[in-house]
Parts: sequence; C-alpha cells; structure tokens
Amino acid sequence: MLKDITIGQYYPSESVVHKLDPRLKIVLSFIYIVAIFFIKNFWGFLVLGGLTIALSYAAKVPMKFLLKGLKPLLILMTITALLNLFMTDGEILWKWGVLRVTKEGIVMSAFMLLRIVFLVLGTSFLTYTTTPITLTSGMESLLKPFSKIGVPAHEIAMMMSIALRFIPTLIEETDKIMAAQKARGAALSEGNILKRAKALVPILIPLFVSAFRRADELAVAMESRCYHGGNDRTKLKELKYQKKDTIALILFVGAIAVILLCNLLGAAL
Amino acid sequence: MEIIKAENLTFRYEDSAKKVLEQFHLTIEKGSFTALLGHNGSGKSSLAKLFNGILLPEGGSVYVSGMDTKNEELLLEIRKNCGLVFQNPDNQLVASIIEDDVAFAPENLGVPSGEIRERVDDALKCVGMYEYRLRSPHHLSGGQKQRVAIAGIVAMRPSVIVLDEPTAMLDPKGRKEVVETILRLNRDYGITAILITHNMEEAALADRVVVMEKGKILLDGTPKEIFSQYEMLKQTGLDVPQITELSYKLHQAGFPVESCILSADELVEQILRVL
Ligand SMILES: Nc1ncnc2c1ncn2[C@@H]1O[C@H](COP(=O)(O)OP(=O)(O)O)[C@@H](O)[C@H]1O
Ligand SMILES: [Mg+2]
Repeated sequence: MLKDITIGQYYPSESVVHKLDPRLKIVLSFIYIVAIFFIKNFWGFLVLGGLTIALSYAAKVPMKFLLKGLKPLLILMTITALLNLFMTDGEILWKWGVLRVTKEGIVMSAFMLLRIVFLVLGTSFLTYTTTPITLTSGMESLLKPFSKIGVPAHEIAMMMSIALRFIPTLIEETDKIMAAQKARGAALSEGNILKRAKALVPILIPLFVSAFRRADELAVAMESRCYHGGNDRTKLKELKYQKKDTIALILFVGAIAVILLCNLLGAAL
Repeated sequence: MEIIKAENLTFRYEDSAKKVLEQFHLTIEKGSFTALLGHNGSGKSSLAKLFNGILLPEGGSVYVSGMDTKNEELLLEIRKNCGLVFQNPDNQLVASIIEDDVAFAPENLGVPSGEIRERVDDALKCVGMYEYRLRSPHHLSGGQKQRVAIAGIVAMRPSVIVLDEPTAMLDPKGRKEVVETILRLNRDYGITAILITHNMEEAALADRVVVMEKGKILLDGTPKEIFSQYEMLKQTGLDVPQITELSYKLHQAGFPVESCILSADELVEQILRVL
C-alpha cells in the first residue's frame, strides 16, 4: 500500500540531541557539510568517524539504522567510485586495454566514497532527531532576518507544514482512485512504459481536481480561523535556545576544529 | 440579545447574475441553538460565509455582536467572534499534529504562548480529544477529525459557532459524537450555535428551525411548529424526523396520538397511554 510510505525519517527517542534547538542543529549540519569538503587526508575522516559514532550514541540512533540510509545511494556511490578509480591520471598500477588504475585514482575514489557516506550520515542526524514540524519552525526562524530583503520566511514554512499535513491525505486518495479505476478495468501494471504512463492519466486528473478543491476549501477554513499572514503571529511552541545548546555548539565546533587541524598532519596518506 | 443580525441582505457571486440571497432578514439570539435547513443551492453555505466576512454583502448588512462585516478593521475580531466549521474535516486541518492544529487560530490572533497552551488544552478537553493531542489527524476517524476541527474553532473563544453540514460525511457514530459536542458547547459553554444540516433528527434538537428556499426564509419557528407542517414540508421536498413521520401516520390513521411528536420517548409514552 502507498499509505505505508513514511515521509521524513524521524527516529523517535528522548535523547539530548532530539531536544536541542532545531536552529542550532540546522546550522551545525551546514558546518558539518562544509567541513567535509575541507578534509584533506584520512586522519580527518578517522576523527569524523569517531564524531559520528559519538553522535549516534548521544542521539540514541543506532549506527545500523543510520547506515541503512545509505542503501538507496549504493548505485550512485558505485558509479562515483568507479569513475574516479579509472579516470584519474597518475602512477599506473594496473592496466587492461583502455582501463587503467592509478595510485591517485584509488585515493581519489576512496575520498569521494567517504565524503558521500559522511554527507549522508551527518545530514540524516538532522532528520532523524528533529520532527518535520520542528525542522520547519527552525527554518522559519533562521530565515526570518532575511524577510526584510524579500525572503518569504513565514510563507515557505507554512507551505512546508501544509505539504507535510496533506501528503498522507493525498496518498490515501491516490490509493482510493487507483482502486476505483482498477475496479473499472484499468490495467495499471501491465504493458510497456508508454501504456503504463497512459494508464496514469485517469488517476492523475481526478487527483489534481480534488487537490485544487481541497486547496480552495483549506484557504477559506484558514481565513475563517483568522489567518492573515505571518505578521503578529505567536507560537504554541516557542523555540528556546538553552544552555545545553551552547554546550553542544562548543563540543561540536571543537570536534570540527580537530578534524580540520588533521590537515596539518601531512598530505593524503 | 441578538448576536447576529442580517438586515436587508442581498448577495450574489461576482461572475453570476443570479442573486443567491435577496432582501434577507435574520436575527440570531445569544445563547440559542438554531438549525438551518434547505435544499442544496438555497444559499445556506453562502449565508454562513457572509456571517464571518469571508463573503461580503452586495446590499444590506450583517452585524456580528454589533460589528458590521463590511468594516475591514473589525474583520479579525468578527472572525474570532463567529467561528465556522465546514463539511470536510480533512480540508480544515492545517497541521500534522493535533495540538498544533488547534493552536492555529490563537497563533494567528497573537495570543501569548502560555495562554495558547491553556486554550488548546481546554478546547481539546471540551470536545473530548485531549488524549489524542500528540497524534496525527490522518490516524483519526471522521467524527474525531471533525471534533478536532471544532476544537480549532473553540480555541478562538468565539461567541457563535456556525457549522456547515458538519455531519454530512460522517458515519452514524461520528454524527452522534459531533452532535453531542455541539449540544455541549451550546448548553455548557453558552456558545451560540447555528447548525446547517439535512438531517431532520439533528434539526429537532435545536431551539429554533429556519427553513430556507431559494435565498429566502420559508419557515421559521420551534422544531414543533416547523415539523407539524407535514404537508408543506413534503411539498417542498423536505423531510420530517422519522419519529414525527410515524406519529403523523398514526394520527392520520385515527390513533389518538399527537400528529407532531419529536422524540421517541414521547411517542412511546403516548402509545402506552392509548393501550
Ligand atoms: N463560488 C461560487 N461561485 C458562483 N456561484 C456559487 C458559488 N458557490 C455557490 N454558488 C451558487 O450559489 C447558490 C447557493 O449556494 P450555496 O450557498 O452553496 O447553497 P447551499 O449551501 O444551501 O447548498 C447556488 O446556486 C450555487 O450554485
Ligand atoms: Mg452548502
């Protein structure tokens, strides 16, 4: 069933990391991503690996669960590794026809692999430990200063939370329409690609019609509940920057500094 | 004291020539429970949206607690005073967590964070959905979703709540839950209720029944007064509650029972007396 798809991958737990200010977590995730691209040798990745394991303990999200997030990227990772392995010039170690493996190629593909792995692991901490709603409200708050130069911070956040609210509803509706069309003899999973694409039309059209009707009704319902944009709006759950956030910030920035200092330990391997 | 007053109201949609309401008068008393009946297209939903300034009159005026809906500066105050609940609960809920959804209106009104918490908890308890506050709406039944939608309005602390066919999409259990909630809001919390419905059993629970036809008021009175006009209602294609139908048929057949009885208990009592 389509309904079983989970959107956003939140891992519920009562850890400290879950309770940190979402704004801090978003900013730290950015620092983490940027830092990954500044790592120059394997020592840096070693320390980063240590940091990741420590984070997984602190957040009470098992490593096994984190690594699962890499699965959908296996093909991308393999292609990247192979391209780097065969396409890098340098000291030739092995040759077969046009294919050749260089020492630099091995190092390069290992680097790229590590970067992708840590990129995914690091950013999934953010989504695993923060509910989509909290994430949205953190983004709104971070974007707020930019609303003076025309960034629609509140509108973006509102759109995201409405999308989150309606995704399950629309998925359920798609299920129903599919069942209805099948009952009328639509063959949804037969034939070639062209035939299947054609079979989607009688599903998409009712879905769109209904989505527009819903949007209309929702707009009226929101106005009836005194919605008038982001001005003078308060929040049930105000974001609070607390002492534990400062401690987390110091620890994290310290770890990143150590990782970058590893660059001084000499060239790659 | 009147809480809503429609005076000489005329309304039509922008791109259409047909007047939806014409020379329409209606006053709603504070604390009352009014049922609004009428065929599809008779203008009930348009009237509901005129009550809170979603639609504006072409002629005449609508006053909510004395405030003219044409006054743009009072619009938020008017909407806060007169809450609307619609037919499809799915298309009224904005947040993926129930308590966040109920908080939506107070947030829009700029209520301080601590007080929002209080209002949300009160509203959810009032509709009996407090235990579900951390759940997501798509795990709820239709009746539960509609009660959350009602809580979202109650959290505004309105004086009037207008419900536009809130039970039309619900199963019998959901209907019962929602109707009981409306009755509680009206009786225990003193909120004036206007219920638009096609269900005559629901209408019979109100203090006053208004029947609309083609943008005009056809009948207006207590449920007893309205449903005793059996022939008239049937002629316009409207129904009476099943119990009333039965008592009318018994009366016509010569049984010494009243022709317009609204509750099963009353009919049973009268039949027993005959036997
Ligand atoms: N958005 C709209 N635009 C134009 N005409 C409308 C619109 N909504 C309703 N109408 C028309 O207004 C009349 C009254 O509709 P409505 O108020 O929805 O009645 P009811 O709720 O009693 O069924 C109908 O004839 C309907 O076709
Ligand atoms: Mg209607």
